[in-house]
Amino acid sequence: MAGKQKKFIQGNEACAEGALYAGCRFYAGYPITPSTEIMEIMAARLPRIGGAFIQMEDEIASVSAIVGAALGGMKSMTATSGPGFSLMQEGFGYACMTEVPCVVVNVMRSGPSTGYPTGPSQSDVMQAKWGTHGDHPAIVLSPSSVQEALYETIRAFNLSEIYRTPVTILYDEVIGHMREAVTIPAPGDIEVVERQKPNCPASEYKPYEVKNGKVAPLAAYGEGYRFHVTGLYHAADGFPTGNFKLIQEANERLISKVENNREHIWKNEEFYLDDAEIGVFAYGVCAKSAKFAVKELRKKGVKVGLLRPLTIWPFPDDAVLEMARKVKTIIVPEMNLGQIINEVSRASKGQCEVRGLFRVDTDPIHPKQIMSAIMGKPVDATVIPNEVMIERDMIDG
Amino acid sequence: MSTQAAPRTVPYKEKTPFDYSSYLRKGKLPHIWCPGCGHGIVLKSLLRAIDATGLNKDDIALVSGIGCSSRTPGYVDFNTLHTVHGRSLAYATGLKLAKPKLKVIVITGDGDALAIGGNHFIHACRRNMDMTIMVYNNYIYGMTSGQSSPTTPQGMISTTAKYGSIEPVFDTCDIAKAAGATLVGRGTAYHCQELEKTIYDAIMHKGTAVLDILDSCPTYYGRFNKVKGNSELMEIAEKDGTVSQAQAAKMTTEQLQGKLVRGILHRTERPEYCEEYEKLMAKAQGK
Repeated sequence: MAGKQKKFIQGNEACAEGALYAGCRFYAGYPITPSTEIMEIMAARLPRIGGAFIQMEDEIASVSAIVGAALGGMKSMTATSGPGFSLMQEGFGYACMTEVPCVVVNVMRSGPSTGYPTGPSQSDVMQAKWGTHGDHPAIVLSPSSVQEALYETIRAFNLSEIYRTPVTILYDEVIGHMREAVTIPAPGDIEVVERQKPNCPASEYKPYEVKNGKVAPLAAYGEGYRFHVTGLYHAADGFPTGNFKLIQEANERLISKVENNREHIWKNEEFYLDDAEIGVFAYGVCAKSAKFAVKELRKKGVKVGLLRPLTIWPFPDDAVLEMARKVKTIIVPEMNLGQIINEVSRASKGQCEVRGLFRVDTDPIHPKQIMSAIMGKPVDATVIPNEVMIERDMIDG
Repeated sequence: MSTQAAPRTVPYKEKTPFDYSSYLRKGKLPHIWCPGCGHGIVLKSLLRAIDATGLNKDDIALVSGIGCSSRTPGYVDFNTLHTVHGRSLAYATGLKLAKPKLKVIVITGDGDALAIGGNHFIHACRRNMDMTIMVYNNYIYGMTSGQSSPTTPQGMISTTAKYGSIEPVFDTCDIAKAAGATLVGRGTAYHCQELEKTIYDAIMHKGTAVLDILDSCPTYYGRFNKVKGNSELMEIAEKDGTVSQAQAAKMTTEQLQGKLVRGILHRTERPEYCEEYEKLMAKAQGK
């Protein structure tokens, strides 16, 4: 394999590169804008390296197939957008319940239903947490640049293996289709977590037994461990149970394996927050605009900073509270009509004012709008693109 | 693959009783099926057929959806995957492509395969991946207490067809053949020895094999339709309602009205998906 490479690629290409780097060897999917490039790249690349690619009949089948493949021992992935993400919730919940590692990418487009397929949004951010029914764990990563789409995809696979749970990568159409210069790391440059296999005798293998606070290793089918997997509540041996105590424990454990490890899963970038009087909380493409806005206003002496979560779920409660204790106001720009702002309000525990800046016309929130919001000025509902000077500064991370 | 030549005759005809215990997870019994349910009979035919193939238990994966028949995998000592309603074939497809050496057997029901899973069913048949799909067809949703399914005959009573079903039915075998399955067969719990042979043929077939297995639900379908006891239900639907291919060959079209034909109804050869994928990989790698 080649060493480190520099490429000028789209976010969707970077995501596929990250998946291959992380050892993804199975992809099942269904075409949908604006995520399809990921599928097309995997269709071309996987057969060359001995991996499997299959186009399924719909998104329900796609997510089901990647769970099946994961039980065959492969690292597996699918990618989609809003309508497909809705269909995938069933299989996603099954993966949560059965603790099968896999990665689901949602390149967010605008609106409920078909909406506006080629326009970006961030309106699935709560669905990514609560989309499937029942109490379930959620690890959701949100890259803000093309390079991060690659890195966060690798991290998604690693977290998925460590915690034996499906991981969602959530970014928007702009990140998906924007081109940036990206470094593709050489093998070994970034840690790749391999799946733990059991080494006990087959008769003693319990696929859901917790030891030292860690999930059990996941055997692959066909390798001598003839175990049972079911979406019913199950005991440590994997077989269905109706025992009240075991059901309570099983559900609590699903949640706690993520919640108890939040500090390992969290990842934030803090930008000019030390002396900030106003904070911005932004993720995805909005964080790009927010960073630019913060830089511009800092030049004018405005004490503003940015908190940018790369892990959205579990929600970065501690970082938000810390920021809330420092600043007078937190501005939350989002490409929806107010979703993650409610989490920011909850986590800031009344320590400061929280204000939203929402835009759903399928154009990204412009730095100018964020600057107006920070300065307490009226925010134009839309900024017409030809009035806008995109400066070089916006292109970096 | 540890497939060996069949070590004995199919169906099982030796004098010593067949030992089911090595295939059962005895600690997980008793099963959930009602008294009189045919699923246990079909399970026995399945285990005898598997035994005859000589396959190693480690090389067999049993995948199911949701419903009464889909609880089968929990009771048998293979690689077992009890998935969600209607999607068993999609899970099985991913598993088989990830690990082609596995012999994948899918256990599903008339509602699971033909209603909620109908789309996955036709596409699984189209792909012709090497797997055996056993549709336990008892004309009703048993797990949810007796609602109509796509195979509930017209005029029959269910909790959602209180005045008799007006819906035309699906013929599992016709759909499977039209969608591209390369082996299509039918058996019944009543003809359990013949069923064993049919299942054996399906498992040994290279490609997608679909079996329509007529089975009975005395608890709901029988009770709602005023049929006393399971034996009577089996006689009406499975014994009197079906004929073997040999019998069918001697019957006129008129005589065949209302009868379903048992046995292997369709068998053809078409490239198997995983083998084609192997070739695709070689091509992509410039070999």
